[in-house]
Amino acid sequence: MTALLLEIKDLFCERDDRTLFENLSFKLFSGSVLQVKGKNGSGKTSLLRILCGLYQGYEGQVKFFGHDLADDRECLHQSLTFIGHKVSVKQALTARENLSWYANIQPQLDANLIHSALVAVGLDDYADVLCQNMSAGQKRRVNLARLFMLPDANFEHSLWVLDEPFTAIDVEGVAKLEQRILYYVENGGSVVLTTHQTLRIKTVELLNLDN
Amino acid sequence: MLRAFWAELKRDLLLSFRRRGDLLNPLLFFVMVVTLFPLGVSPAADFLAKLAPGVLWVSALLAALLSLDSLFKSDYEDGTLEQSLLSSESNYMMAMARALAHWLTTGLPLALLAPLLALMLFLPSEAVPVLVLTLLLGTPTLSFVGAIASALTVGLNKGGVLISLLVIPLYIPVLIFGASAVQNATLGLPVSAHLAILGAMLIMSVVLAPFAIAASLRMSVSS
Repeated sequence: MTALLLEIKDLFCERDDRTLFENLSFKLFSGSVLQVKGKNGSGKTSLLRILCGLYQGYEGQVKFFGHDLADDRECLHQSLTFIGHKVSVKQALTARENLSWYANIQPQLDANLIHSALVAVGLDDYADVLCQNMSAGQKRRVNLARLFMLPDANFEHSLWVLDEPFTAIDVEGVAKLEQRILYYVENGGSVVLTTHQTLRIKTVELLNLDN
Repeated sequence: MLRAFWAELKRDLLLSFRRRGDLLNPLLFFVMVVTLFPLGVSPAADFLAKLAPGVLWVSALLAALLSLDSLFKSDYEDGTLEQSLLSSESNYMMAMARALAHWLTTGLPLALLAPLLALMLFLPSEAVPVLVLTLLLGTPTLSFVGAIASALTVGLNKGGVLISLLVIPLYIPVLIFGASAVQNATLGLPVSAHLAILGAMLIMSVVLAPFAIAASLRMSVSS
């Protein structure tokens, strides 16, 4: 059964005296994918950061499972995985050490799945290599491996917020990631993402910030 | 909650160990200032012994200050800081772990190195344990209070200067009670009141500073 996961009402955001969006309202139900589209600078990243509770410079209401984000972010953070623009791995740690740290600070992730996650992103041979010795694409894969560390049992009512997740990833990697997103959504997870690529996932809802 | 605390602490200690150059910077600064001081002023033992408590404490304070700018900087730049803040685990414990890691890699080595440098400055041997004790009580306060300023300025380009302006006034009570306790020890006077005040400042900073650090980090990441 689909549940109302995210409810956005009359969202207004401006940065540097420039209105990014106003009167923005939408709903996201569990088991769905929302692709946020728009030109560069249209506020896609700002919107995603608002949804994660990372940016508070907005007016309006953001509710996750009925909890207003302004009052209660813990409820969201128990269910959230955010992949942002930044590399989000420590260069002086190995891939395994980075993922182990993530599993400890984000309890929804399972440390027992680190190896299978690294296999899924094609980095099993690089598990004990320092990230500073990896290419940009490989570092990105280490970060994306977190999406493979969420146990199936935790899919329901959880949310992935992905900001340009396909950046620096090769064609094979993009296909694997799309498969993973599809599997996640089919099993009750929800995704909000931005990408300039055309997704092969058919059931994507679109939110265009240019309008 | 403790799992996240240990994970943050372990990660920061491991990162410090892998970047040993950064780890050695405050220690080298401490050694250099104390070593050069007699050359610039006077090598006379009596004179140095009188100034030793103040010189050692000021050098330790500035050495601790040196590494504050980088406390959250790399995490902010590579995005791991926002991931820490997105944890459903307490940001309070994360902030506490970061400040504690800073002390373990900066303040604790300074306190352990201090007796050697104290001998170079002819500090009477009966004052050396008091020096170590005051540094063990005072430097964690410097780390916890300094971490607030570091968290506030992490998003700024030239945050280092601002950190000094923000924290030095807050460091002054620690410096006064730390240095005067050592001074009293050299004169054979009681030091328990000074140690009690340093202990009280330590408890207050350990309990309260993580709230301010976590709030400052959330504000810096949000801006």
